[in-house]
Amino acid sequence: MSGARVSSSVAPLRATFGVAVERSLVSCGDTIVYVARERSHDVLAWLRDTSGQEFNYLTDVTAVEYRDPERPLEVVWQLRSLGRREDLRVKVALDKRQPLEVQSVWDLWKGSDWLEREVYDMFGITFAGHPDLRRLLMWETYAEGYPLRKEFPLRGHFSRAEQTRQALAANPEAHYSLEELSIAEAYGELPRDMQERLARGERGFLR
Amino acid sequence: MSQRTVELSLATPGLDRDGTPTRIPLGIAEPPGAHYDDDFGAEHMLVNIGPQHPATHGVLRLVVELEGETVKRVIPHIGYLHSGFEKLGEYRHYNQIIPLTDRTDYLSPMANNVGLALTVEKLMGIEVTERCRVLRVIACELSRIISHLVWLGTTGIDLGAFTPFLWSFQERERVYNLQEAWTGARLTTSLTRVGGMMADIPDGWEAGLRDFVRTFPSTLEEVDTMFTRNAIWIGRTQNVGALTAEEAINYSLSGPMLRASGVDYDVRKDRPYLGYEDYDFDVPVGEHGDIYDRYRVRLEEMFQSTRILAQALDKLKPGPLNVDDPRLILPPKSRAMSDMEAMIYHFKQVMEGVKPPAGEAYMGIENPKGELGYYMVSDGTAKPVRWRIRPPSLINLASLPKMCEGALLSDVIAINASVDIVMGEIDR
Repeated sequence: MSGARVSSSVAPLRATFGVAVERSLVSCGDTIVYVARERSHDVLAWLRDTSGQEFNYLTDVTAVEYRDPERPLEVVWQLRSLGRREDLRVKVALDKRQPLEVQSVWDLWKGSDWLEREVYDMFGITFAGHPDLRRLLMWETYAEGYPLRKEFPLRGHFSRAEQTRQALAANPEAHYSLEELSIAEAYGELPRDMQERLARGERGFLR
Repeated sequence: MSQRTVELSLATPGLDRDGTPTRIPLGIAEPPGAHYDDDFGAEHMLVNIGPQHPATHGVLRLVVELEGETVKRVIPHIGYLHSGFEKLGEYRHYNQIIPLTDRTDYLSPMANNVGLALTVEKLMGIEVTERCRVLRVIACELSRIISHLVWLGTTGIDLGAFTPFLWSFQERERVYNLQEAWTGARLTTSLTRVGGMMADIPDGWEAGLRDFVRTFPSTLEEVDTMFTRNAIWIGRTQNVGALTAEEAINYSLSGPMLRASGVDYDVRKDRPYLGYEDYDFDVPVGEHGDIYDRYRVRLEEMFQSTRILAQALDKLKPGPLNVDDPRLILPPKSRAMSDMEAMIYHFKQVMEGVKPPAGEAYMGIENPKGELGYYMVSDGTAKPVRWRIRPPSLINLASLPKMCEGALLSDVIAINASVDIVMGEIDR
């Protein structure tokens, strides 16, 4: 951690958002800014649109859970200013006793679409305002939980026999989402309850 | 009579009243639509492509909503190759993660190995030796060449050109032979270690690489002759799947996809690592962001990689390969068997692994498919708390629905090919 240099964005962030910027630190040369959960979207939008900041590129969205069960979960936005050649890491700490929810940045960066879906898929953190928050890598009916959480065992919650049984019992039609079935001619042949779920605007997969 | 029977069965469905065969003219006798339902084409059709389909370049599944032949919407489904690498990494020592990186983007395993080693070295604040840096540059650029060659060949096949596939795979084979001679493996190279390399290059290897660097550009020039001014290639690729610079940035694209849209960003130039600032090379940038520009960018990158390889060979001087730190690097086996201290370090290395201080680091490198980022969080133990892979082809693929809007069904194949995806990395 030699040559630690705090990003020049931290001081203006504190000036603009005050106590919503909880703390900042430098690790391995990268500046990390912790912000309050309620203001994360404002901070990220400000960092993108303010001249002198211009963090116009969202490199990555991810989350971290520590081995210490008391430590909060962290949602991580890795930002970059392509013009200024600067990086900044913005974090929100989520208390595990509270609902795991942060604001989506889908309206700012379309690139966050799948990244937020992956965080939801792997950690169970929901992104308010995401238009289509479905699981990304695991299938929609996956019932074992959120794989990258620390309480999730490496081989999954279910026994190997139960996993095999579920895989064999899977309904092949479940690989089409309700939305996709509504496009196809199959819509007319759907059972009434599915048609009703579609009419209510549900997008998920068949159960 | 028998002659007539033959004629009937071959050409006509029946006889008229006089016994002469009736003939149906070729072509459409009635105005189009006379026998079709009026709403034909008005209804949207759902076409499923993949996950087992050669043109989806792996187990990618696309559900395409069509109106006639025009794509209204593409809904990609991924995850068929999900192996939980990030979770596995949390249960492994840092050096044990390197074999996992082979299996993510398996078309450029050596570059992934380098990226992981660089990330852990950033976490620990280690500077590697000069020889190690040059060898890593060689590994990265060879990976770029073989990955782009696979892209070139398979995309050519998708668009109906078979010959360049054979040329590119022939050249790729030469790189694979070099890779095999260096690492002992063609695919699962596991080339790097934290603080150094798994092995130095064998005798005579430099001459083999020099030979490749000398002869490879002539193959690229042949590809250039075949494709760049080819009317079919141009017709299939120009103005197809185009993204503007603003869209490319907004969709977080990276690598050739970003540069084809006219954004001049290359990690090697803008955040140099491994001493890339000392190499003389150009970064090709496109204008239109369509498939054709992506092709031009990747083709030119292969020429530039060859230039970098030639310079790296000149820079390659004898010297120590690994950092001189027994807590990081295994002692030579002969010393471990004869010297007590070396044996203890050997034991501690194998049993405990390297231990970075608590902290976190993000390291992005310019991989063939875009910016490969590794984000490591350490709590001071020998296993990472979190190992995040920023997979370039996942993020590039996420723009596929946007690029396919309003395209034809056959364009979906071309656009998907132009993203240069590898499912091992997307699903991880």
